[in-house]
Amino acid sequence: MDPKFRPGDKVLVLQRDQPGHVRTPMYVRGKTGVIERIVGSFPNPETLAVGHSGLPYKMLYRVNFKQGELWDDYDGAPEDTLEIEIYEHWLAPV
Amino acid sequence: MSETHDHSHDHSHGHSHDHPTHTHDGKPIQEDPLPSLEAQILEASVRELLIEKGVISSDDVRRAIDQVESRTPALGAKIVARAWDDPEFKEKLMSDSDEALMAFGIDMRPTELCVVENTDEVHNMVVCTLCSCYPRPVLGIPPAWYKRRDYRSRAVREPRAVLREFGTDIPEQKQVRVHDSNADLRYLVLPQRPDGTDGWDQEKLARLVTRDAMIGVSDVLAPADIDD
Repeated sequence: MDPKFRPGDKVLVLQRDQPGHVRTPMYVRGKTGVIERIVGSFPNPETLAVGHSGLPYKMLYRVNFKQGELWDDYDGAPEDTLEIEIYEHWLAPV
Repeated sequence: MSETHDHSHDHSHGHSHDHPTHTHDGKPIQEDPLPSLEAQILEASVRELLIEKGVISSDDVRRAIDQVESRTPALGAKIVARAWDDPEFKEKLMSDSDEALMAFGIDMRPTELCVVENTDEVHNMVVCTLCSCYPRPVLGIPPAWYKRRDYRSRAVREPRAVLREFGTDIPEQKQVRVHDSNADLRYLVLPQRPDGTDGWDQEKLARLVTRDAMIGVSDVLAPADIDD
């Protein structure tokens, strides 16, 4: 499986309502970040959690966000960041 | 706390409200409900069924609990001390932690350990907003506050305020980098080795390394804090 994104790529986390065992927290949906690293391919937790195989595997990335992008009123330092793991099917190129 | 609530009352009371979704000032919820009776009954039922059908034995359950509880932050401290003392090991720990951890008999599977290093420019802290993912094979069982909703929601939203409550003041010019442990990686913070520890062996170095420093909510102990 070839990763669609490379470290440094700008990505948008999809704003999607999806019930079930979703590992993409609400606070990053619709936000723009940068690929920090490619983690590798892992079983899809959305199907694995409900008794299925988790196949096909999904590519997983660590995505870096500026805190100011996540929270309009963030009151820490402007350089502060947050990193989180996002599966490829939740990401779109920017 | 609640929606239609009486602002005149004393906030230090025992919080008998049903599970609210927000506080009156819009802050995320601060308290956790107890596990439901239903969940407790479900756990006991599934466990008893598995034992009755011979899938697992009571001894398997006991052994698994024993094994989980035998892991303590002392193990993580040994790993950090070795990384401070042995550049080759540190390099491996940062790039291929699986192989580095083998030397300690640690198997992270099916997760992987991601080591994040504190520097003069960056302070790292770890949270799992969705549940309570924690590097149990290297740190053991997470502290109760790590699983609380207030830590989980506030660590991503106002990390510097949370750090200050832990007594950790990060200068404005240093970046705070929060790691939300939401999927397949588990995180260990590699703190900075304190000055004044030249020539210390790994055993002595490990005594400086606390659980909280490896989660990133505090610094390691100062050399003066430990006895010789």
